[in-house]
Amino acid sequence: MAQVLTQQTSAAAHHPEANYLTENTGLKNWLLTVDHKRIGVMYFWTIMLMFFVGGVLALVLRTELLTPKETIVSADMYNQLFTLHGAIMTFLVLVPLIPATLGNFVLPMMLGAKDVAFPRLNLASYYIYVVGALMAVAAILGGGLDTGWTFYTPYSSTTGGGVSVMTMAAFTLGFSSILTGVNFIATIHKLRAPGLSWYNMPLFVWGMYATALIQVLATPVVGITMVLLLMERLFQVGIFDASLGGDPVLFQHFFWFYSHPVVYIMILPGMAIISEVIPTFSHKPIFGYKPIAWSSVGIAVVGFLVWGHHMFVSGQSEFAGAVFSFITFLVAIPSGVKIWNWMATMYRGSISLGAPMLYAISFLLLFGIGGLTGLFLSTLATDIHLHDTYFVVAHFHYVMMGGTLIAFFAGVHYWWPKIYGRMYNEYWAAIGCLLVFLGFNGTFIPQFIVGSRGMPRRYYNYLDQFQFLHVASTIGSYVLAIGLVIMAVTLIVPLFRKRYDAPGNPWGAASLEWSVSSPPPSHNFLHDPVVTHGPYDFKAVRELEKMGSHS
Amino acid sequence: MSDIAIPAGGHGHQDAHGHPKHLQHHFHSSAQQFEASKMGMWLFLVTEILLFSGLFLVYFILQAKHPQAFIEAHHHLDRNLGLLNTIVLLISSFTMVMAVQSAALNRVKATLGFLYTTFTLGGVFMVVKYFEYSHKIHDGLLLGNLFSYAGAKVPGEYLFFSMYFMMTGVHGIHILAGMGVIAYLIWRTHKGDYSGEYYTPIDLTGLYWHLVDLIWIYLFPLLYLVS
Repeated sequence: MAQVLTQQTSAAAHHPEANYLTENTGLKNWLLTVDHKRIGVMYFWTIMLMFFVGGVLALVLRTELLTPKETIVSADMYNQLFTLHGAIMTFLVLVPLIPATLGNFVLPMMLGAKDVAFPRLNLASYYIYVVGALMAVAAILGGGLDTGWTFYTPYSSTTGGGVSVMTMAAFTLGFSSILTGVNFIATIHKLRAPGLSWYNMPLFVWGMYATALIQVLATPVVGITMVLLLMERLFQVGIFDASLGGDPVLFQHFFWFYSHPVVYIMILPGMAIISEVIPTFSHKPIFGYKPIAWSSVGIAVVGFLVWGHHMFVSGQSEFAGAVFSFITFLVAIPSGVKIWNWMATMYRGSISLGAPMLYAISFLLLFGIGGLTGLFLSTLATDIHLHDTYFVVAHFHYVMMGGTLIAFFAGVHYWWPKIYGRMYNEYWAAIGCLLVFLGFNGTFIPQFIVGSRGMPRRYYNYLDQFQFLHVASTIGSYVLAIGLVIMAVTLIVPLFRKRYDAPGNPWGAASLEWSVSSPPPSHNFLHDPVVTHGPYDFKAVRELEKMGSHS
Repeated sequence: MSDIAIPAGGHGHQDAHGHPKHLQHHFHSSAQQFEASKMGMWLFLVTEILLFSGLFLVYFILQAKHPQAFIEAHHHLDRNLGLLNTIVLLISSFTMVMAVQSAALNRVKATLGFLYTTFTLGGVFMVVKYFEYSHKIHDGLLLGNLFSYAGAKVPGEYLFFSMYFMMTGVHGIHILAGMGVIAYLIWRTHKGDYSGEYYTPIDLTGLYWHLVDLIWIYLFPLLYLVS
């Protein structure tokens, strides 16, 4: 292995220009690339564009809520805006966010492979995503989409035209998601380097595997649900309409059978990133490898059996409600297993507070709050009070933004030097992280309070007594936005430097993607790697680097 | 660790062994490529099964709510045509198996013959379906708000036809897609792209075709043999 490492770095030193960014440049080579790294990068910027749009919508919504009644937009407009914010953030941002960007980039490298199993399908998934995004934009421009991102019948099967286009967009985006999932499962099974056993894989790969399982098993169901909803709108086929002999609650079952597992498509990759960042920045092997690995799979499995907790007040039987409530509590077990193992990893470690670690620690706090407030909602009695209030809004933002997005930011800061070969300014990255953390809590803690006092979600108007908390939340969202802008600038500024100043392994990490130069060569490895040490064996890496520098 | 062979410079995969044309650069061997492709296909088939399960589930729920309407409505279907189509698809599955087998044994002519036969049988299925559909359309036995049949005896019969058209429609689209892929295979086989060493696309299309056939085996009793 020592020889391998030495050879890889020295070969790269002879051709400092030869990497995946500089070889075969030109628009056409990028647009038709089958290189998983380039596809990951294209996905990254496209999704960030969508995140920007969704984020601006969020700021408009928060600004509107500064005062009761109309502040800057009309009530109808408000309904459309929160629908678009939700639909964009879930279908276009959170679902593909980590697997399609960082997953695409590092997963094959972590396995010691040259690419994913089906590179052309990978490119196809990107373009299908783009088509889906364009359809969503068309739905936005067409107007009249005011159902909320959940498209509940019977309102969604009777209201204006935008719903049909958005439904088809969701169907299309599902395809893209499935292709990524199929690709990852086949890659993990068949393209591992010699010596890389299942329990030698980085935990990021385990997280991606569990995610891919859900993508493959849940997404087809939302596909057919969207088809049925479309048929309902076009021909009134009667499935979801009680007056025609169908059942509107059936739609909710279908929708949540996908859309609850989909939150695990969002959070599992986030947990996967945290499992990489924490041991690397604690300079200590991960504590409890197998429990973390299997708890990912456990969450994926249990996640399929809890969809009914979205429907406690929909009229489903009390017995069903109790069963769903019980199974929902079970999700807390594998999640808790992860949290405690991460903290045990940090315990007595030599922690360095780089930007990825700051985000990882934020994740532990925010996801902890998000997870624990979930218990209030999975308890039948308290849910009756909290259902459809701002408490729910705050809860899922703590999980989706405080969990997935914060973990994504950790991952972006972690792999940014690998992706672009340049280091960013640690000081400003820390400032960005701090503002994001403070702004985020400032936005959503008031929402927990206002929700528990009875402020319903999705409402345009509210009682005067809620105004203070709404104003606080809005100010928090502005701070959050400033933090995000600082983070973006900090990451983008280094890209204008000509020289690559990032070493191959800036953090002293032990997984395979760090054994090559930054940015990586076009084919990832100059020759096929053979794995001789574990993904968290930092001691072996330090010794190898010492030997390398002496040779 | 001296046993690790390190090629001198350049990209490791390009030297030493001769590369078969079909082998993509990121695989080590044809066997690895074949196994990965096969796994990908099975995963795709799982998504197909889940897609259809959604329809099956809706069917069962609606049938449970309106058992009498479903029994009454299914009398409008022609069992004999349904049976004919079942037999046609079963034979086509057999010819597909033979196409894969011939490809494995490098018998190009036989492969082409079986692929043409499978394609034709898929076409026969669609023609029969066309006659069934046009008969229903003529009688106004259609889905949802297009249902205009005057002689309905039990309320809710249109629900049966909603399911009939959606299930056979989605299935029919899969038959057409399969025929498209088989046409592509015929073209590639004519070009001489496949051999006993490499016939993965034919093999995988076979898996797909069997699944589509299998789904019809379930659709036939559900729709045509309700009582």
